[in-house]
Amino acid sequence: MTGSRCSGRGFEQVAGNGLLHRRLFLTKTASLAGAAGLGFMTARPAAAQAQLDVPEWTKVPGAPMSGYGSPSPHEAHVQRAFFSRPGTVGSGASQTPLEQLEGIITPSGLHFERHHNGIPAIDPGRHRLVIHGLVARPLMFDLESLARYPLISRIQFLECSGNGRANDAPEPPQVPVSQIHGLVSCSDWTGVPLSVLLDEAGVEPEARWIVAEGADSAAMNRSVPMAKALDDAMIALYQNGERLRPDNGYPMRLFLPGYEGNMSIKWLRRIEVTAEPMMTREETSKYTDLLPDGRALQFTFQMGVKSVITSPSGGLEMQGPGLYQISGIAWTGAGRIRRVEVSADGGQTWAEAALTDPLLPISLTRFRMPWRWDGGPAVLQSRAIDETGAVQPTRAALHARLGTRFDYHHNAIQSWLVAADGAVSNIYA
Amino acid sequence: MPSGPGRKGRRSSRRETRPALRSAALAIALGIPAAGAAWPGALNAQEGPGLGVELTPEQIAAWDINIAPDGSGLPPGSGDAREGAEVFAVQCIACHTTDGSEGLNDRLVGGHGTLASAAPVRTVGSFWPYATTIFDYIRRAMPYALPQSLSDDETYALTAYLLHLNGIIGEDEVMDAESLPLVEMPNRDGFIVVWPPTEER
Repeated sequence: MTGSRCSGRGFEQVAGNGLLHRRLFLTKTASLAGAAGLGFMTARPAAAQAQLDVPEWTKVPGAPMSGYGSPSPHEAHVQRAFFSRPGTVGSGASQTPLEQLEGIITPSGLHFERHHNGIPAIDPGRHRLVIHGLVARPLMFDLESLARYPLISRIQFLECSGNGRANDAPEPPQVPVSQIHGLVSCSDWTGVPLSVLLDEAGVEPEARWIVAEGADSAAMNRSVPMAKALDDAMIALYQNGERLRPDNGYPMRLFLPGYEGNMSIKWLRRIEVTAEPMMTREETSKYTDLLPDGRALQFTFQMGVKSVITSPSGGLEMQGPGLYQISGIAWTGAGRIRRVEVSADGGQTWAEAALTDPLLPISLTRFRMPWRWDGGPAVLQSRAIDETGAVQPTRAALHARLGTRFDYHHNAIQSWLVAADGAVSNIYA
Repeated sequence: MPSGPGRKGRRSSRRETRPALRSAALAIALGIPAAGAAWPGALNAQEGPGLGVELTPEQIAAWDINIAPDGSGLPPGSGDAREGAEVFAVQCIACHTTDGSEGLNDRLVGGHGTLASAAPVRTVGSFWPYATTIFDYIRRAMPYALPQSLSDDETYALTAYLLHLNGIIGEDEVMDAESLPLVEMPNRDGFIVVWPPTEER
């Protein structure tokens, strides 16, 4: 790359260590940025040595149509990483490969999973949802009936509240970003507002909670405040336009926007309306946040403001000095992301990243930032600010407030060290 | 699954004669801020087609397995730690070892006094705030390979065994629908409830 290209309009440095103004993506030169991936515009390519040939796939008839398409076999490496508890196969989690994805929608087959006793083989014709307890009329719904109710659709993220806790370890884990932050995904969810069904059942005046329960063999259950149930809770039937995947609750799941994923009960079969929380195993012995003094915060439902750079990220290799596009995702359970800032010097200086439309509430927001890497060491960070003014904390600030054993709601800033040899690794900065 | 659990006078099963509130009015009563802002008001006002099929409590009984801290929902039956030890030896030791203090999966016993340390051990004895949750969780989800296969007597006995191993009850104390809710767990006051939220977290 020549000096003249870098000194032109749109290449204004806005923060330390080579961060450039986000308007670079809005100028004509940005058409060069159409090349996706980690290393666009890194160096002027060598002159072509041979004439173009016409490859064989251009000269033979292609494959036929199919009933349900699949990714290219060349993308077979794009997989969720998963683990299960010892002695089990279905009690664990799989993580969305964030470093392999762009945009904000998670392909349904790559949505993270967290199961407590595997994925039940549910016959949708025999599945039932029951609403009972403090209601005038205990009611039962089948799938066919629910699909006739007024449906709503929203593009929203779901995050396990254990996401990110790998970074509570004393030493930074050297794994891909997905194995630290991959318990977050984002889908277009379509379903029935729970408030409509509760209306039909007739909620009694003293009702303050619902207890939602799955049809899996863990019969997973959580108490949910009635205020949330009546506000924006959904019985989701569709994910990204098709029926829910079995690993996301087929044929129906609870979806609680912005709340920790454990509460959005999959394979939903029952809602008991109650005056008090049920104090289930999941909301007492798990999903409570242990403080340094030995007490634990309970009912910390909403997910905090968070962001993470997915490219470049841990384990990836830079392709030599030059211009790069930093790309990442930001989200908050509180609503919309207002701003994302990026630093290339370990948080000494920050500059505002470009946010990619659409900017939806309780959704993933894609941010991008032009960066000219000079080939020296750099520490990349992103910091999200949401519409309530909440600012993503540093790891040190989060630990100062909650200690290191809280386990849930870890929303600290992620730092990536770019070494002079181009290797990218996890660092606590 | 246990046969239809006998219900005590559970508040949630009571049938009310006064008319139920509509959710919009209830939302106001609960102080939901500007529900219409986050959720279009028209949707809240929308009525469904009324396709829910009304059920009696008896019809729901086999699914009605939640146990509340006040003991409502606990079925008839009983068990003590001696009986529980026998069940544990058959059903539980593969994952939790013979005395529940180690094992492949969650530790069930010990950890007392560790919660404020650098290496907290959260067990049934050191961390769980309600004894009723032990019965509820065993009955709905354990043993892992064959959940909902234990009788209510076996579940009471296992609950008693875990409480006894943690030094919370004596070996001969019988756990049933009356005694279990009265058990005081060591960490009952160890939780700070932050709902509804009062300040920005």
